[in-house]
Amino acid sequence: MKAAVIVFPGSNREHDVADALERASGKKPQFVWHGEGTLPDSDLIVLPGGFSYGDYLRTGAIAAHSPIMREVKARAEQGTPVIGICNGFQILCESGLLPGVLLRNAALKFICRNVDLKVENSDSLFTRRYNPGDVLSVPVAHGDGNYFADAETLDRLEGEGRVAFRYCTAEGAVTAAGNANGSARNIAGIFNAKKNVLGMMPHPENATDPRLGSTSGKPLFDAIAEALS
Amino acid sequence: MKARVHITLKSGVLDPQGKAIAHALGSLGFSGVDDVRQGKFIEIKLAEQDRGKAEAAVKQMCEKLLANTVIENYTVELVG
Repeated sequence: MKAAVIVFPGSNREHDVADALERASGKKPQFVWHGEGTLPDSDLIVLPGGFSYGDYLRTGAIAAHSPIMREVKARAEQGTPVIGICNGFQILCESGLLPGVLLRNAALKFICRNVDLKVENSDSLFTRRYNPGDVLSVPVAHGDGNYFADAETLDRLEGEGRVAFRYCTAEGAVTAAGNANGSARNIAGIFNAKKNVLGMMPHPENATDPRLGSTSGKPLFDAIAEALS
Repeated sequence: MKARVHITLKSGVLDPQGKAIAHALGSLGFSGVDDVRQGKFIEIKLAEQDRGKAEAAVKQMCEKLLANTVIENYTVELVG
């Protein structure tokens, strides 16, 4: 598996995700600076978490126009798998690869804790090691994770099975009480129409070792490594 | 020429910062504040002298970067 991890000024989880990928696949991902005009030959592109450009203007807005993003968009449209985590999800939304936008958390507070996630759709390259309904414990660390899209877009995402994960209670109930940040319909992660692009706010890379308190994120990286080896 | 761009959240998009400001104004004793919506103000200095061309260019800037039209509206005002 040849993975490229894109690094923007202000990215900060690129090593976490590279480490999780290396432990799952045995291969070291390549870091690619955002200013590069071309991507190396890759069968996975990762947009990591962080605070690209200090979240100026809107989260992910400036990174979405980085030179490398033209190439990321072209590869995504050709079918290369792309995963955007946290700031990476925000960048995917701002670049138009995924619909909607991530607003300020409803309670205005930065949230840094483990949340419970319900697996909604396991029919994808990324989620096939899970079963629908599985409840995962995965950390979040964001101030702007409140997913918003108009009702028509939300209906389409649900109708096409494009909701990957939802925030829930420890028992797996998708309710307001289990909604960490006010996201529309508790959405924590979505796919594009072809399901080769996944964006999610929680950090599965930080739930891949018992010493981190959870291994809920490990099947995601195992699934990627298995599919792309 | 200068362009003044106002960016505001569309009605229907929750504005928790606006709500917090409204609440704080109430705490300070300002009564009668029905609602507060927070937005952005961006001032752009332009070399372009033709108003029509300047306005078209700034609108493109808004569509491409300054505003996210999923959640925001914008207005452009030219000065000078």
